[in-house]
Amino acid sequence: MILLSITENIHNWLFSIMPEGVASIVEMVLIAVVYLTIFAVAGLFLVLLERRVAAWFQLRIGPNRVGFQGLLQTMADAIKLLTKELTGTERADKFLYNLAPYFVIISALMALAVIPFTKEFHAFDINIGIFFLIAISSIGVIGILLGGWSSNNKFALIGAMRSGVQTISYELSVGLSLLTMVVITGTLQLSEIIEFQKNGWLIVQGHIPAIIAFMVFMISGTAETNRAPFDMVEAESELGAGFHTEYSGMKFAYFFLAEFINMFIIAAIATTMFFGGWLSPFGITESIPWLGVFWFLAKTMGLVFLMMWFRWTFPRLRVDQLLTLEWKYLLPINLVNMVVMALIVWLNLTIRF
Amino acid sequence: MERIVFYILALIIIIFAFASVTSRKMLRSVIYLLFVLSGIAGVYFLIDYNFLAAIQLTIYAGGIIVLIIFSVLLVHHIEMRLEIAKTSRKITTGIACLLGLGVFLFTIYSYRFNVVENSLTTNVDEIGIKLLSYEAGGFILPFEVISVLLLAAMIGAIIIAKGNKLSENNNQTK
Repeated sequence: MILLSITENIHNWLFSIMPEGVASIVEMVLIAVVYLTIFAVAGLFLVLLERRVAAWFQLRIGPNRVGFQGLLQTMADAIKLLTKELTGTERADKFLYNLAPYFVIISALMALAVIPFTKEFHAFDINIGIFFLIAISSIGVIGILLGGWSSNNKFALIGAMRSGVQTISYELSVGLSLLTMVVITGTLQLSEIIEFQKNGWLIVQGHIPAIIAFMVFMISGTAETNRAPFDMVEAESELGAGFHTEYSGMKFAYFFLAEFINMFIIAAIATTMFFGGWLSPFGITESIPWLGVFWFLAKTMGLVFLMMWFRWTFPRLRVDQLLTLEWKYLLPINLVNMVVMALIVWLNLTIRF
Repeated sequence: MERIVFYILALIIIIFAFASVTSRKMLRSVIYLLFVLSGIAGVYFLIDYNFLAAIQLTIYAGGIIVLIIFSVLLVHHIEMRLEIAKTSRKITTGIACLLGLGVFLFTIYSYRFNVVENSLTTNVDEIGIKLLSYEAGGFILPFEVISVLLLAAMIGAIIIAKGNKLSENNNQTK
């Protein structure tokens, strides 16, 4: 209720003091600023979380000096990166070189806009929500390809090519595993998908095929964000830093932040599609709607932790193993799984409370 | 408001379409083409054709452009420039473009468009039902033809990629 009344009050107040056209523009700008803030804060927080989790897995302490438990560490790092010189290679294509980070950031922001944090905190509730997310996720890779090519560096080029191969392949699995869940819900709109889960989260409703779809989604989602064990793009031992070898300062930070935000987005999509989004377990806090943000973030952080766990547990795959995994295992499993799911929905074997 | 957004989008599309054909750096013209296609997706969003807009983004921006970028990365070096075409070729292309533009403008201005008062957005399930219906106005035949075409393309790709290996295996079994 608090969030709802805040947004409504601001909306009414804006429209009372300004003409309609100006007020709607101001409102759009405000929403954009809010989402940019979420982008920066969530990105920085996730970087810190990753470092602490990594330290925990390796029996170290991790950053704990700047602020309480190192909470300001990544903020300090960001300020340090702001003051760094922006270098570039000779004979690089300057225009594309500078453009590339923005592709990655803008696609991440566009995906963030359709994610339902709560019932009210949902910037763009489009009727093809999940399909829009799939469409947007295919654009982010263009930034990586451009960055790799235009820095005029062999390592960067190879990293970018690997990223292209990987993302194009794993996009299929992401899309198909989400479509498997759409078979149950019968709608693509994210708010309706969450409403549908009031009778039980989708992973419970769809039982066996839903769990398979969830596993496929997490594997291919990790691959699509180019994180270990699928980080062929920036394999340190082979390619330096991969496609962002030549980037420095804030432009490097853009790539870095966008990677973490993409991880957050994958976890948020999984939360929305499999674990009921902002719904509380068994509806225990249904009477207090603003707790939705808490539940949403708790579930998302759980899945983010799962992805970090992958990163610090599994060794890196080779390129051919990566493609074999997708084309010979995940894709056929996914196609069969979708037919099984359709059968289960057709025969009414879903579990509902 | 919508009018302003439309003019901004139209301006983006036209400017980047020109930039795309005049740029002498190959990858830059691909990126300008990407902006043109995204602008068209924006127009679809403006008239509430969300599904078509998302299709435009997935297939053109996400699929075709990534494939073009990929082939540019494979064949093109960063210092290479596209050569300038001959004058005779420029003139023929110009005439062809003007002819095409004339046909388009003639069709657009000779057709009486109906003004829709309340635009309703199309749902995905409506599209799906229409796509698979075999009654009047259904699209089952083109749908099936396209699936056969895609299957043929897939088999063709496999044969081209594996060409030598396949025939060697056949010879061994004989």
